[in-house]
Amino acid sequence: MLGRIVFFLCLPSVLAAQLCKPNAAEGFKVRLSIKTALGDKAYEWNRNQRFLFQAAIAFAMSHHLELEFNVSNILVCDETPRVSFWFVVTSPGDPSRLVGKESVELAVRESRSRINNILLLNDATLEFVGVLPTLTAPVKPATPSWLIVFGVVIGMVGAGIVFLLVSTVVQKKRKKNEVAEEEDDDEEAQMKRTAGNEGIYNTSFSEYDRNTQM
Amino acid sequence: MKLKLKLPNPGLDDRIPSHGDLERMEKDEAGDRPQWDNKAQYLLTCVGFCVGLGNVWRFPYLCQSHGGGAFMIPFLILLVLEGIPLLHLEFAIGQRLRKGSVGVWRSINPYLAGVGIASMLVSFLVGVYYNTIMAWIMWYLFNSFQDPLPWSQCPLNANRTGYVEECARSTTVDYFWYRETLNTSTAIDESGGLQWWMVLSLIAAWTVLYVCCIRGIETTGKAVYITSTLPYLVLTIFLVRGLTLKGSTEGIKYLFTPDVDELMNPSTWLDAGAQVFYSFSLAFGGLISFSSYNSVHNNCEQDAVLISIINGCTSVYSATVIYSIIGFRATQKYDECFGDNILKLMNAFNYPENNITQSNYNEILTHLNNTSPDVIQGLSLQICDMQTFLSQGVEGTGLAFIVFTEAIIEMPISPLWAVLFFIMLFCLGLSTMFGSIEGVIAPLLDLKLLPRSWPKEVISGLTCFASLALGLIFALRSGNYWLALFDNFAGSIPLLVIGFFEMISVVYIYGMDRFNKDLEFMIGHKPNIFWQATWRVISPLIMIFILIFYFVTQVTKELTYLVWDQEAESFPTLAERYYPQWVYVMIFILAGVPSLAIPVFALYKLIQRKCCKKDYDDSTVDTISAKIQMSDKMKL
Repeated sequence: MLGRIVFFLCLPSVLAAQLCKPNAAEGFKVRLSIKTALGDKAYEWNRNQRFLFQAAIAFAMSHHLELEFNVSNILVCDETPRVSFWFVVTSPGDPSRLVGKESVELAVRESRSRINNILLLNDATLEFVGVLPTLTAPVKPATPSWLIVFGVVIGMVGAGIVFLLVSTVVQKKRKKNEVAEEEDDDEEAQMKRTAGNEGIYNTSFSEYDRNTQM
Repeated sequence: MKLKLKLPNPGLDDRIPSHGDLERMEKDEAGDRPQWDNKAQYLLTCVGFCVGLGNVWRFPYLCQSHGGGAFMIPFLILLVLEGIPLLHLEFAIGQRLRKGSVGVWRSINPYLAGVGIASMLVSFLVGVYYNTIMAWIMWYLFNSFQDPLPWSQCPLNANRTGYVEECARSTTVDYFWYRETLNTSTAIDESGGLQWWMVLSLIAAWTVLYVCCIRGIETTGKAVYITSTLPYLVLTIFLVRGLTLKGSTEGIKYLFTPDVDELMNPSTWLDAGAQVFYSFSLAFGGLISFSSYNSVHNNCEQDAVLISIINGCTSVYSATVIYSIIGFRATQKYDECFGDNILKLMNAFNYPENNITQSNYNEILTHLNNTSPDVIQGLSLQICDMQTFLSQGVEGTGLAFIVFTEAIIEMPISPLWAVLFFIMLFCLGLSTMFGSIEGVIAPLLDLKLLPRSWPKEVISGLTCFASLALGLIFALRSGNYWLALFDNFAGSIPLLVIGFFEMISVVYIYGMDRFNKDLEFMIGHKPNIFWQATWRVISPLIMIFILIFYFVTQVTKELTYLVWDQEAESFPTLAERYYPQWVYVMIFILAGVPSLAIPVFALYKLIQRKCCKKDYDDSTVDTISAKIQMSDKMKL
C-alpha cells in the first residue's frame, strides 16, 4: 500500500523528468542574460524567479489558447549556471500530453513584450532559441521629416533672395530718382538764372563796386 | 649673384596701373570695384576658402597613414617652402594689379590670359562637384532632425520576418548611404535615373549658395562671419565631447604615434606637398580676386603667414577631434566584437555571465580549444583587432557619412551631435564655395563675355543655374562614381599646372625686380631673402616635382574605381572595377582641357596677332586711360 502511494507520488516528477528533457521535440531552450540587462540591479536566479517565469509562460498560453493553464503545466529542466534551461508545456486536461511546439511559439510571440517586462528583460537578453523576435517596423510619419526641414530651409532662402533682389531694384530706382532730381535741379537753377530777375541771385560776385580794389 | 633671368615683356607698363595710379585710386572712391567692409571680413573669407572639407577628412587620413606624428615634419616643411610663398604671391599680385585672375594674367602678358581661363574652368568644374558634396551634407542634415536617426535602423523586408538583406549583410550606416541616399548602381555606365530627393538637395545647396553670393563680396562678406567661425566652435564642442567618451585617447594615440620610417617613403612627401597645395586653394583664382578688393597698402605678407598658420593649425586640430571620435567608435566596435565572441562561448559552454571578460578571454579560449576544438570551430569566432577598426574607411565621404555617423548613433542625444556635425561640414564647404564662385564670376566679368548692363545678381544667378544643371549628373544613380572621377582628375593635375605657370609668370615674365618694388610700395619693405629664394627657385622646383610625380603615378596606375555591388564576393567591402573606355575621353576633358587652355590660348593670340594685322595693338585698348570714366558732372 505504502509502495503504491510512493509510486503515485513519484509518478508526476518521473513523468515530468521524461517529458522535459534537453532537445525535447516540443520544448524550447531559453537563455537569460540578467547581468547584461540589469547590471548592478541584477537579481539572483533562484526558485522564485523560476516560478515567475513559469507563471508568465502559463499566462501566455492561457491568453493564446484561451484555456486555463497552471504553473504546474510549465515544466522546466536542465538548468545551467549560464542561466539557460529547457521548458515544455503540458496540456491542462492531460498532464502527460505536451502542447505542440507551434502553439507554444505563437503564444510566446504574441505575449513576448509582456513576458519581457515581467522579467525586466528584453528580446536580446531573454532569448527563446528558435523563436524569432517580433520586429517592430520603424515609425514612418506621413511626411518624412526631412521634407519639412527642406521646406523650411528653401522657404527662408527664397525669402532672402526675393528680399535682396527687391532691395536692389528699390535702390536702383532711388538712385535713378536722385540723379534725375539732381539733373532737374541743375536745369532748374540754370533756367532760373537765365530767366531774369525772378532768378536766385548768385551773390558771390556781387560786390557792388565798379572799380576793383587795388 | 642675382638671377637675372627675365623674359622680354613689352608694353607691360601700359597694361598695369602705375604706383601713382594706385595711390590716386586709393584716395578717390574705388569706382565700381567692390571693397571689403573691414580687414576681418577679408581674413575670414580667405580662411574660409582655405579651410574646407579637406582639412577635416583628408588631412587626418594622410596623417595617420603616413606615420602619424612624423607626418608633421614633411607637412610643416612643405607648408613653409611651398604653401606660404605661393599664397603670398597670389595675394600680392591680386592686390597690385587689382583684377580677377584673367585680368591679372592678361595684364602681365596678353598671351598668358589662358592661365586665367584655366583657373576659371577648374573653379567651375570643382565648384560643380564640390557643391554636390554640400547637397549630400544637406540631405544628412535634413535627416538629422529625428530620433532615432534614420541610419541607426535597418528597414524590414517585405514579409516583416527580418531586415532587408542588403542592410543585414552590411551595416545600417552603409545601407543608408549607398541605398537610401545615393541609391547607387553597380557601375558608372549604369546611370539609372535622376533621384528626386538628390535633385531637391542639390537645388537647396545651390540656392543657399546663391543667396550668399548674390551680390558678390557684399553678401559673402557678411555670410563669412558665421560660416568661417562656426566650424571652430563645433570642433571645440566635439573635442570636449570626444575626450569624455571611452576610447578617444586610443584614437588620438593612433593618429600621432610617429613612425619615422615613413619619412623615407617618397609618397609621404608627395602626399604632403599635394595636401599643402590643395589645402590652400591655390590656382583657383579666388584668392587673387579677393585680394584685389583690398586697399593697396594692405600688408599681404602678414596675411599670407597668418592664414597659412591658421590653416595648418586647423588641420591638426580637426585631426585630433576626428580621431578622438574615431577612437571611440573603434573601441565600441572592439567591445561589440568581443562581446559577440564571449556570448558565443557562454552560450555554447553554459558559463555563467561575467565569468568570461576581455582580460581572461584568451586563456579561457586556449583552454577550451584544447578540450573541445571542434565546438570552437563550429562557433566561427571573429578576430577582434583594434588596429583594424581604427584604420577603417577614414577619409573622404566614407569618413563623414559612414564612420562618423556610426559613431554618432552610439553617443547619447545623437540627433544633436548629428546636426552639429553636419552644420559644421556645411559651413566648411560653403565658405570654400564662395571662393570657387568668385573664381568663376570675376574672370567672366574680366573676359566681358556677358553684357555689362547685366546686374551682378543675374550673373551669379546664371552661374549657379549652369552649375546646378551640370551637377544633375551627380543626382543619377551612378552619381557617386562620377564625383570620384571629377575629384580625381578635375581637381588635381590642372591645379598643379596652373600653380606652376603662375609662379613662372610672376617671377620670370612679370619680373622679380618689378615685383619686389611693388611689394616695397605696397607694404613698405622689400621682401627678404626667404621670399626671394622660395619664389625664384624652391617653390617652382617643388611644384615641378609634385607635378611630374603626380602625372607619372596617374598615368602608370590602372584606372579602376570602387563600386558597391551586392553580387560581388567582397561585399560589403567595395569591389574594384575597370573604367569603360569612354571614360578616358571624360578624363581628357576634365584634366586636359583646363591644362591645355594655357598653350591653346597663347597660340590663338599669336595667330590673331599674325593674321589680323591691325594698326593698333591689343594693349592700347587695355590701358588705364581708356578706362577712366567721365563723371556725370563734367557732361555739362
